[in-house]
Amino acid sequence: MAQSHQASGIQAGRLSAEDIATNFEDLHAPFDAHEAAVAADRCYFCYDAPCMQACPTSIDIPQFIREIQGGHPTAAAKTILEQNILGGMCARVCPTETLCEEVCVRETAEGKPVEIGRLQRYATDAQMAKGAQPFTRAKATGKTIAVVGAGPAGLAAAHRLAMLGHDVVLFEAKPKAGGLNEFGIAAYKSTNDFAAREVDWLLQIGGITVEYGKMLGDALSLDELAQDYDAVFLSIGLGGVNALRAAGEDMSGVSDAVDFIAELRQADDLAALPVGRNVVVIGGGMTAVDAAVQSKLLGAENVTIAYRRGRDAMGASRFEQDLAASKGVKLMFNVMPKALHGDGAVSEIELEYTSVVAGRVTGTGETLRLTADQVYKAIGQTLEGQPDALDLEGGKIKVDDAGRTSVTGVWAGGDCASGGEDLTVTAVAEGRDAAMDIHASLMG
Amino acid sequence: MADLTTDFLGIKSPNPFWLASAPPTDKEYNVRRAFEAGWGGVVWKTLGAEGPPVVNVNGPRYGAIWGADRRLLGLNNIELITDRPLEVNLEEMTRVKKDYPDRALIASIMVPCEEEAWKKILPRVTETNADGIELNFGCPHGMAERGMGSAVGQVPEYIQMVTEWCKQYYDRPVIVKLTPNITDIRFPARAANAGNADAVSLINTINSITSVNLDAMAPEPMIGGKGTHGGYCGPAVKPIAMNMVAEIARDPETAGLPISAIGGVTTWRDAAEFIALGAGNVQVCTAAMTYGFDVVKEMISGLSEWMDEKGYSSIGDFKGMATPNVTDWQHLDLNYITKAKISEADCIKCGRCYAACEDTSHQAIAMSDDRVFSVKDDECVACNLCVNVCPVEGCITMEEVPAGQIDQRTGEVVSDEYGSWITHPNNPMAAAK
Ligand SMILES: Cc1cc2nc3c(=O)[nH]c(=O)nc-3n(C[C@H](O)[C@H](O)[C@H](O)COP(=O)(O)OP(=O)(O)OC[C@H]3O[C@@H](n4cnc5c(N)ncnc54)[C@H](O)[C@@H]3O)c2cc1C
Ligand SMILES: Cc1cc2nc3c(=O)[nH]c(=O)nc-3n(C[C@H](O)[C@H](O)[C@H](O)COP(=O)(O)O)c2cc1C
Ligand code: SF4
Ligand code: SF4
Ligand code: SF4
Repeated sequence: MAQSHQASGIQAGRLSAEDIATNFEDLHAPFDAHEAAVAADRCYFCYDAPCMQACPTSIDIPQFIREIQGGHPTAAAKTILEQNILGGMCARVCPTETLCEEVCVRETAEGKPVEIGRLQRYATDAQMAKGAQPFTRAKATGKTIAVVGAGPAGLAAAHRLAMLGHDVVLFEAKPKAGGLNEFGIAAYKSTNDFAAREVDWLLQIGGITVEYGKMLGDALSLDELAQDYDAVFLSIGLGGVNALRAAGEDMSGVSDAVDFIAELRQADDLAALPVGRNVVVIGGGMTAVDAAVQSKLLGAENVTIAYRRGRDAMGASRFEQDLAASKGVKLMFNVMPKALHGDGAVSEIELEYTSVVAGRVTGTGETLRLTADQVYKAIGQTLEGQPDALDLEGGKIKVDDAGRTSVTGVWAGGDCASGGEDLTVTAVAEGRDAAMDIHASLMG
Repeated sequence: MADLTTDFLGIKSPNPFWLASAPPTDKEYNVRRAFEAGWGGVVWKTLGAEGPPVVNVNGPRYGAIWGADRRLLGLNNIELITDRPLEVNLEEMTRVKKDYPDRALIASIMVPCEEEAWKKILPRVTETNADGIELNFGCPHGMAERGMGSAVGQVPEYIQMVTEWCKQYYDRPVIVKLTPNITDIRFPARAANAGNADAVSLINTINSITSVNLDAMAPEPMIGGKGTHGGYCGPAVKPIAMNMVAEIARDPETAGLPISAIGGVTTWRDAAEFIALGAGNVQVCTAAMTYGFDVVKEMISGLSEWMDEKGYSSIGDFKGMATPNVTDWQHLDLNYITKAKISEADCIKCGRCYAACEDTSHQAIAMSDDRVFSVKDDECVACNLCVNVCPVEGCITMEEVPAGQIDQRTGEVVSDEYGSWITHPNNPMAAAK
């Protein structure tokens, strides 16, 4: 018998396979040619365009939209990919509502921005459908660079270095490349195995050798890398997670949201993935929203996000909050976990109301309990496994504007490095820029 | 409520919106639907001489250009005159006129440039009880190759000659439809006038190639790998038509000759503009072909709304009011000085005005780091380009610099006197003041 919303405990198959398939379809369906033409028509071809200023990778947005208007989506793709080789993924996952589309003059004019993200997807999909990538490698330089971590930052750096004629060895701890594109991004943002397809497409440039299952810190030290290679770029992301520090945290049913999402992203059959009837997600960022929404899409009956500050302080954008609400997720503000109750497995979570005084969160003493058979912790990722030699800043590897760390010959970028928001597009920008600086310093 | 009733050459119609001679008026079925929708009159699709009718191509006959969101801006066609037998058309016209006595029904005619041909067809048309005839001297394709249409319209002598025949063998109003495919529209108009035409109508379509198929390397619409020029019409031709209407209206030789204006009329405003330039009514083709007969409803309501706002009670109240203000460049007042002004509150900061003025005009717009755009009065020549490229209507305005103030660009005091090129010191031919 199929399980229902109401089946208690953590169960697989709460929804039919068809319902699950529908639920996990593209969040923003791709444009067809007509929709793209209508959307592209709305762009004013602004001078020194605000959208372009807001893009962390500075894609020439008016130019690529004009190329779509001109009937050449692949020319548009080249304009995009020159600045952002993961333009396809960014088109799907960028919080455009806080980046390019937020400042689009048509948002100013009539509250409806040009749909830059979807147009970008239209263009990059056209390019990927052709199979090839529009770039070739420059003459070999004879230099070899080690890149550690094959997430967006590492991939962007590797591609740019390969393009400039360097050889790259990309060390990746996991058996698969892509980083959070592959293991973290919500499934409905990256459908049809897009992350893996994009990696394969990107690696076609040549000159990049990926060494899977190679973890910096294990058999691989920074000293060795620095000795064996002409330069090192670190892009190891944030491997650790913050602990809840609430009683009962080690009970079964309590886990890290990122692990749940990674499992979900790697599942062959989502209908076989168990989920609780009553799910509570602790946190207020994109990870919290993604864990909550995907629990709901798997068929959980009640899903609550419990965030310890007010709505405005939430890391997830208003669009993400509304998305969660539209899927039936309940958002609770100004509550923090006090204790988890249960007999071996969690059955209830006790929350305490909070007030924020001078920026600090303090409990008011008033508490409430929510039924919970599954609790996900999404209270932030932390840097883990970074080499000791490097200076840190705010819990991240300290880098300058060019991505240089405190150790000569070692660059870093992406989530693991200081500066910039923790976004795919920022990671790409930092990877690309560090590659340019490595190139400049190697080639003098 | 404004009265839209129009009396054009003694032909009454409930409003000034007639359908031009074209596919919308090619059949009884269409014309009945048009009258039901509210059109004031129709000029029936052009009739040819008796005998086997002309044939049309069997491939595509239209081409087009579009603006944003694929709004049709210009249409091009290679259609000929009616391809149905004369007899059928005449019977249908008779029936329709009988059932709609309050609407105008005009017969458009194109037969060879021989007196016999006209002499033969005109009595047949009289029998239909049509209110008048329109001589099609305009179609620029196909028929012109056979010595008709624009081939006649481009030779003033022929226009006069055929008009005279028609006035001789037909006793109701004769309208001469002019081709724009000519250097100076006043000459054919004067010829029609000399032939005693009751009115001219214009414009017919403009010679055009709308697109080239870059795979087949042939113009479109393409018929078996070849194309031919067609006739261009729709919103894109309205400015050309308006100028030609104004030229005839202000030509002393043709002043007062009634004009039925045609070319790109799509909304009430287009009609109001043509009438203000001196037209007695308007004819419409492309707008009906693009949106169907119901477009006339907005034309009617819009025109009457606007006339009410302005206090005009009939079409005659504003007809020709703009004609005296159409003048030659040499008479424009060079002491009238304006400056562009940007409303910061309305500005959406797209920067288009800046790009336009900086790259192609007079470097008269300043852009601050936080994208505030402002006009430098000491550079602005008042060209109006920024106004035209700004996506927000009314955001940039042209403000007059009053007499007595200093024009920051020239450093000179603005004069309160009229001063044109005719008296300007830089004019070598300047007449002494
Ligand atoms: C759940 C979730 C949802 C998100 N949703 C969005 C979104 O919708 N939009 C958006 O823009 N951003 C989103 N982000 C943020 C975005 O995914 C990250 O900012 C981005 O992936 C950072 O890229 P990176 O290359 O720095 O790190 P990662 O993507 O984390 O990649 C790091 C790579 O390094 C490898 N690695 C780690 N340690 C070692 C080691 N010691 N040796 C070798 N390899 C190692 C890892 O296996 C991984 O492949 C989300 C993040 C999460 C967690
Ligand atoms: C398909 C088509 C066929 C036309 N056929 C004729 C015609 O037979 N006789 C004629 O006098 N004008 C003909 N015209 C010209 C129109 O009557 C009219 O002068 C012209 O289209 C400009 O008006 P508009 O801009 O409203 O379309 C035709 C136009 C089109 C589009
Ligand atoms: S801001 Fe909007 S309208 Fe302007 S260029 Fe960018 S996408 Fe186009
Ligand atoms: S009116 Fe012409 S010169 Fe003046 S600011 Fe505008 S574009 Fe520049
Ligand atoms: S064109 Fe208009 S909206 Fe755009 S910056 Fe200039 S004034 Fe502002």
